[in-house]
Amino acid sequence: VAASGIILRRRRPGPGRPGRPGGARAAGRRVTASEQFAGWAFVTPGVAIILLFGAVPIVWSAIMSFQRNNLLTPSTPFVGLKNYRQLVHDPIVGQAIQHTLIYTALFVPGTMIVGLFLAVAMNRKIRFISLYRTAAYATMAVSTISEAIVFIWLFDPSYGIVNYFLSLVGIPQQQFLNSPSQALYVIVIMTIWGWTGFSVVIYLAALQGVPATLLEAASIDGCTAWRRFRRVTLPLLSPASLFLAVWLTINALQLFDEVYLSTQGGPLNGTTVLVYYLYQQAFMNFNFGYASAIAYFLFLIILVVTALQFRVGRRFTHYRS
Amino acid sequence: MTATSAPARGGIESSAGGGVPPVRRRRWLPFSPWHLVLVPATLVLIFPFIWLLVTSLETPSEALRFPPVLVPHTLRFANYSDALNSAPFGRFFVNSAVVVVLTVLCNLVFCSLAGYAFARFRFLGRTALFAVIMATLMVPFQVTMIPQFIITKWLGVHVLAAVGINHIGALILPNAATAFGIFFLRQFFRTLPLEYEESARVDGASRLTVLIRVVLPLATPALATLAALTFLDSWNNFLWPLIAITSTNQMTVPLGLATFQGAHATEWTLLMAANVMSLVPVLIVFFLAQRYFIRSVASTGLAGT
Repeated sequence: VAASGIILRRRRPGPGRPGRPGGARAAGRRVTASEQFAGWAFVTPGVAIILLFGAVPIVWSAIMSFQRNNLLTPSTPFVGLKNYRQLVHDPIVGQAIQHTLIYTALFVPGTMIVGLFLAVAMNRKIRFISLYRTAAYATMAVSTISEAIVFIWLFDPSYGIVNYFLSLVGIPQQQFLNSPSQALYVIVIMTIWGWTGFSVVIYLAALQGVPATLLEAASIDGCTAWRRFRRVTLPLLSPASLFLAVWLTINALQLFDEVYLSTQGGPLNGTTVLVYYLYQQAFMNFNFGYASAIAYFLFLIILVVTALQFRVGRRFTHYRS
Repeated sequence: MTATSAPARGGIESSAGGGVPPVRRRRWLPFSPWHLVLVPATLVLIFPFIWLLVTSLETPSEALRFPPVLVPHTLRFANYSDALNSAPFGRFFVNSAVVVVLTVLCNLVFCSLAGYAFARFRFLGRTALFAVIMATLMVPFQVTMIPQFIITKWLGVHVLAAVGINHIGALILPNAATAFGIFFLRQFFRTLPLEYEESARVDGASRLTVLIRVVLPLATPALATLAALTFLDSWNNFLWPLIAITSTNQMTVPLGLATFQGAHATEWTLLMAANVMSLVPVLIVFFLAQRYFIRSVASTGLAGT
């Protein structure tokens, strides 16, 4: 009863304003023991799992990155910055960074352009439109493994149908995933296909938020369809574009599944990306210390790239207020 | 086609009276010209599916021919039974289903509880705990996976074998609550009006009752979103099962399929049949709940706007 009296004195949060945690409440309210208990009881299961499998491992792998830990010997002596020094001088890490960045630089804009193009085409009420949309959405339900297996077959050097299509226009058979210079690009294509549904959904949702009145106003002013798209629609889509760019980049920098399945980093390390190399070091060579250093290095790259995207992106992003 | 164009034209004419007519468009085709873009685009998008299906019904010798056999002479359904005989796909499915269902349920329960407490209760250490949780949200899985592997291994040996390495429990427990889920639901709960909760409390309902009877029914859209996103994540998860599971009878569909591919890399018809079998159930789930999946994914994007 006492507790409910206290609750009655609470203020409602302002309309649509999240504010600071607890800021919406009447400040300085005495917290009852029962609320304390309820808070901890409610939070414990979820928080315990996140602490055990999220927070503790973050600290642990940071420590591990300064240790020699190879699972063979029980002792894990501290070796200072040795793992990080090794990382800087490891030529395969250099290659892995290069491949990861090339992949990201192609995959992210590629997926965004495909998604934007399809979403614009699908953002109208015409016949069969739900059929077209469903075809794009369906790629979202395909696991990376299923996707990789289909594309390995499509791009098979000897019997693949892509080579057949190329032969129809007079292009000789390509080696694709067997070629050190082409394999990465095949992986770019397969992952773009796999993410098409996602980017179409994001752009379609954003397109539906573009007010028709603005487009009408622009056409009264004599804007062509292209100019309306370029000057009205595209700027209004910029928050969605920034979100997609960041989201896709984070995922691209963590590319693993397709590489593991299609090329195992080969041929001749042509598709070794950072996470694949990290996996090799950790779970094939059991260099846990070195792998942890690579993991933290990857984290750093993700942080820097995302921060850059937000900085640059903000300049081109228009938020409607 | 006239049926579709008639209301469109009517719409333009009626708006010409009071409102503003969009650009006047001469109809040079009996259908929208966008079909000319969308039909080829859709064909490219679904071609991998079609070719997957075609190959899965060919004979092994038909698949290994160049130029490829575009239409198999007879449909060879034996590929499917052959695939089923060479790997326990039924078992993979049961495993995946158990993992996905339990992960989704645990997330809904644990994230609701924690999200609600972070949204509404004041308790000692709340801010600090929430900050720690938010920090884990930013860190990629690769940073945590090695210690997570060691912890899971230790748990299996010393606490409970069912959550240790090589048990599907190891795929559920570490993902039974996510920082994203807690944050997402907390944000949603904060947008709900307090009055309902307050009046329920005045009527003598406990905090847990308020959450279950009052708050969660109001939060169904958010819960559906979290469920759909967790489903997709959990279903597609590959790297963690790859590390945590080695015995065949504990494998999930993606891991089982990948292992199968490793063993039958050149038996394309078998591989494609296996792939079709692993795709169809999830495609059915996806199409049945398409609305929820689409809305969920869309809402992650609109959160930025």
